[in-house]
Amino acid sequence: MSTRSFAIGLGSTPKRVLPGFGLSLGISLTFVSLMLLLPMTGLFGQLAGLSLAEYWTIITNDRVVASYVVTIGAAAVAAIVNAAFGLLLAWVLVRYEFPGKRLLDALMDLPFALPTAVAGITLATLYASNGWMGRLLEPLGLQVAYTWVGIALAMAFTSIPFVVRTVQPVLEDMPHEMDEAALTLGASDITGFRRVILPHLWPALVTGTGLAFVRSLGEFGAIIFIAGNMPYETEITALMIFVRLQEYDYAGASAIASVVLFASLALLLVINIWQGRFIKRLHGGHG
Amino acid sequence: MSIRLHAIGKHFGKTQALEPVDLDIAEGELVGLLGPSGSGKTTLLRIIAGLETADREPGGRILFGERDVTHLHVRDRRIGFVFQHYALFRHMTVFDNVAFGLTVMPRKQRPSSGEIRSRVHRLLEMVKLEHMAQRYPAQLSGGQQQRVSLARALALRPDVLLLDEPFGALDAKVRQELRRWLRHLHDELNFTSLFVTHDQEEALELSDRVVVMSDGRIEQIDTPDVLYRRPANRFVFEFLGDVNHLEGSVRNGVLTCGDARLAVDLADGPEELLLRPHEVELAEKPAAHAHMPVTVTAISPVGAEVRVELAADWLGEPWLATIRHADYERLALARGVRLYALPRHWHRFPAERDHQPSKTVATTS
Repeated sequence: MSTRSFAIGLGSTPKRVLPGFGLSLGISLTFVSLMLLLPMTGLFGQLAGLSLAEYWTIITNDRVVASYVVTIGAAAVAAIVNAAFGLLLAWVLVRYEFPGKRLLDALMDLPFALPTAVAGITLATLYASNGWMGRLLEPLGLQVAYTWVGIALAMAFTSIPFVVRTVQPVLEDMPHEMDEAALTLGASDITGFRRVILPHLWPALVTGTGLAFVRSLGEFGAIIFIAGNMPYETEITALMIFVRLQEYDYAGASAIASVVLFASLALLLVINIWQGRFIKRLHGGHG
Repeated sequence: MSIRLHAIGKHFGKTQALEPVDLDIAEGELVGLLGPSGSGKTTLLRIIAGLETADREPGGRILFGERDVTHLHVRDRRIGFVFQHYALFRHMTVFDNVAFGLTVMPRKQRPSSGEIRSRVHRLLEMVKLEHMAQRYPAQLSGGQQQRVSLARALALRPDVLLLDEPFGALDAKVRQELRRWLRHLHDELNFTSLFVTHDQEEALELSDRVVVMSDGRIEQIDTPDVLYRRPANRFVFEFLGDVNHLEGSVRNGVLTCGDARLAVDLADGPEELLLRPHEVELAEKPAAHAHMPVTVTAISPVGAEVRVELAADWLGEPWLATIRHADYERLALARGVRLYALPRHWHRFPAERDHQPSKTVATTS
């Protein structure tokens, strides 16, 4: 009798060895609910006031659609530029020793530390036709401020840490022997990089670039001063939301915001799924 | 292809990792570089591979056969290199790993994809992994991964094969197996190989000749047999196996140490003698030339021999004796039994300043 109840007791409630599961998960869920889910629910609450037709009209408004094109285009350019230079920066920071390396490393976080509006104003003055950079570029026919190039520049500035900080640890973990092996097998430096090193960094690089892209989609403060905000040309989606809010059109603002939100979430989801598969392969099918 | 080194040394900053060394390895030889960590053996191997550059000294040269490779880049030296932790490309299948060297050849020299396929399959057959061709490295055991890495290194038919502690990361049984397998493979294909190890047993079992190194110096180069019987110096002797120490002072041809006495043919003065475990016999009575009472403190029957640990007041550190199972039964050994140790041989390596030749003596009984 006693052995039987003992067996049942064991089978029905498997005991966890690590303590604090209930408490830590409870606090985590509460935090997620308050900080992430509640604001999103508020957003959908606003949307509830709109019919489907009204929602469609708002989000397909010509001026808004033009802003999607500007935002996505500039964010894509910024993300691609960051992918290349972020990879280079991570490479330099991990693989070489040089004086000032720590400083450069710390500098990578500057865009996170700087209020985006400050960055925006600085960039705008720098690239305006009488600014330091603007004065140099203007004679060459390169207009940066008040064009989509300026928007991409501001986006690249705020999102570079995402690429560097995701690639850096993966590169640090990669054993040197891997590229030495490629060299002993006769690979040239470029082939070794392309066929051995890059595939290793690929998941981290894609994730970092994806994060940078999504961050750029939502960026407001840094862009708004340099963009010029000309309707149909240099207006970004975040600005459209801001304009709606100033007109006390909360439903309209929420509708446009929801488009950005869904686009970002979908992209992050796709990256996550793809990366999961890739990593599974590296860890032998059971990672 | 033979390997010849002349005056190859290496500094890392101000520390000298490798004193300029000369080394000749004949074609088809399998040579072990043996030494404790920090002895410069891996540095030497990596310099031969071209993964490290030697100090620029006039006359420093590395030759593969007649080919001077001193200033050649690693990718042009035609070496195969096997890393301790395999260094397989984790994002590639076993097949792609082995094929890598062939697929990165310049287009003109590259074999056709059909030929690459058949060559890789032949290599995988050789390492007995043909059924694993489509697996990823993470799905293989350590021993299998090291075999893949060997197949990958041999794919380009290198002039020399260099192995950096190839079995260091594997467990004892797999290590034994791979060792024997590598020896067979070497005899079959007859390439020149050089491997690094810190395991003396591995070096002695696998090599045609062993290079013993310490502190960036080559201490001795010899066949395993000679190395074991006629070690050039104390370091080599101590590094190649377990050693028992006997310290005492000699007077009138008798070495005394506490209440132990041993007849020796040496001049008066303090002496330190070294004995291998198999050179210590155990008996129930002292002999005329040796009176050395000991107590058995531990017994472990390992393989063909019984290892017996001995302690005594006159011993600083306990001695180790290996005896045959027959003697073990005859003496009825048990922990706490009191016996007499009878040295059959002893060795002595006087401090270098004495400039006396080292000496190995069979004690007369």
